Amino acid sequence: MSSAGFALPRFSRRCFPVWQRNAQVWVKLSGPSLVGNFGEPLLYLLALGYGLGGFIGEVDGLPYIVFLATGIICSSAMNTATFECLYSAYTRMKVQETWAAMMATPLGLDDIVLGEVLWAGTKSLISATAILLVAIVLGLVSGWQAIGVLPMAFLLGCCFGAMALVITAISPSYDFFLYYFTLVITPMFLLSGVFFPLESVPGWVQSGVQLLPLYHIVEVVRPLMTGRPLEGLVGHLLVPILYGFAAIWLALGLLRKRLLI
Amino acid sequence: MSAFVVSARKLRKVYAGQAVVDDIDLDVRRGQCFGLLGPNGAGKTTTLRMLLGLTPPDGGELDVLGFDIPRQARRMHARMGLVPQADNLDPDFSVSHNLRTYARYFGISKSVFEQRLPQLLAFASLEHKADVSIGTLSGGMQRRLTMARALVNDPELVVLDEPTTGLDPQARQLIWRRLRELLAQGKSLILTTHYMDEAERLCDRLAIMDNGRILVEASPAELIQQHIEPQVVEVYGAGVEQWGVEYGRKLAQRLEQVGETLFCYAADEQPVLASLHQYSQLQFIHRRANLEDVFLKLTGKELRDE
Repeated sequence: MSSAGFALPRFSRRCFPVWQRNAQVWVKLSGPSLVGNFGEPLLYLLALGYGLGGFIGEVDGLPYIVFLATGIICSSAMNTATFECLYSAYTRMKVQETWAAMMATPLGLDDIVLGEVLWAGTKSLISATAILLVAIVLGLVSGWQAIGVLPMAFLLGCCFGAMALVITAISPSYDFFLYYFTLVITPMFLLSGVFFPLESVPGWVQSGVQLLPLYHIVEVVRPLMTGRPLEGLVGHLLVPILYGFAAIWLALGLLRKRLLI
Repeated sequence: MSAFVVSARKLRKVYAGQAVVDDIDLDVRRGQCFGLLGPNGAGKTTTLRMLLGLTPPDGGELDVLGFDIPRQARRMHARMGLVPQADNLDPDFSVSHNLRTYARYFGISKSVFEQRLPQLLAFASLEHKADVSIGTLSGGMQRRLTMARALVNDPELVVLDEPTTGLDPQARQLIWRRLRELLAQGKSLILTTHYMDEAERLCDRLAIMDNGRILVEASPAELIQQHIEPQVVEVYGAGVEQWGVEYGRKLAQRLEQVGETLFCYAADEQPVLASLHQYSQLQFIHRRANLEDVFLKLTGKELRDE
């Protein structure tokens, strides 16, 4: 708690009640949330996968709807975590003052940030589970190894949750989040191999995209869902892990500067 | 156990080159109710945030419940309760769920919490609302729940930032009664308030702050005795200024004009009252001097827009 500025985060089990509080609010309001988790990817898959897929045929040696399903599961996980740690976290910080209430207890900002990040990972896990079930029902998944998608979604959620907290930490209002969506999330969403293979864009764009975390998760999730061999797993895991830790450190430093003044 | 729950020496906070808390010394005795008063912008909130370990001081030493603050704030928080200025209850949870969630932040076990829950609900007078959602509670009920929430860890010290602001008179009376119960249990209280009657009623000692400094610190009775004439006659109505110039000035020790009211401070009010009885167009109220008179004398009567 005395740790000022950009000192390294100190993780402890105290983050668990923060996670639990968010989880219990989600359970209370889970109706509309679950409809979104199932409904939206289902619509994308049906409309784009079957609709557009009919014209496209195969992409990267896969039926388009299979290719798309493996991408959508990642992009939905990204969006879920991003929304959670932008709008919902900002509400808890600024509007409901949930964090302020926590900070009067033995919980510190380190615990709050870690709890929020793990919760974002959990929400991504819920979203990925819903899409995986839809994909199974539609017969788009081959084999049990697809279960491996779930921990990947959790990792992706933690990474993007932490990144979103950096933006929340410097945001003067909800409107500010649009910069982040337009400049960061949407380009990543469109270029990371969700809708089409990365090979179809110019080389310099490919190099740029390979520096970003979403691409690497897609590269792991796609073989897991289709039963293809996994290649370069360590590298693909390392990028989102590094992004996640760097973002936690940065978000925490910025939040200390904002809230502990 | 130390006789003091707070001791601060030369506590200082500077924002943008301006000292908003300017080398203050503060001692709060265990088991007492200590009031921190002052006009808006006096430095109360910053002082309170430093005591809570939420704002790092720029200078000085601060000890709260025997812990070095802000270094050991986490351990201090385990033994302290806070009632913030604005209720920050969880709107999605019921009354008891709010308390249960807060208890988890302290690492309080489920069995200990369930044992305390009936007392907490009784303290908040919300026994029959345990499963009701927060949105349906009145402002007074929410405030009482926030107070009960500050007690989940059975704290030694409870800090209350304007506990009765915005409440109706009945709700205030109930909160005062609860605060007295806490004192009877041996807990220490620190409160800020803009209501001088509240401070006079509840506080064993209080400090009046302005411009980042503590102007005075004593018991309410001592402050009234030391800083103000014991009798006050408030005069208003047509011709009050003329009466003041011709008679008031001579009959009272001190005259102050606030808006359209003339405050006459005197050791003996009889000559003032005798004079006023001859001026039927003037209205007046005679009363004993109170803390508000001291407050206004020390911090000035002009309106502060800050």
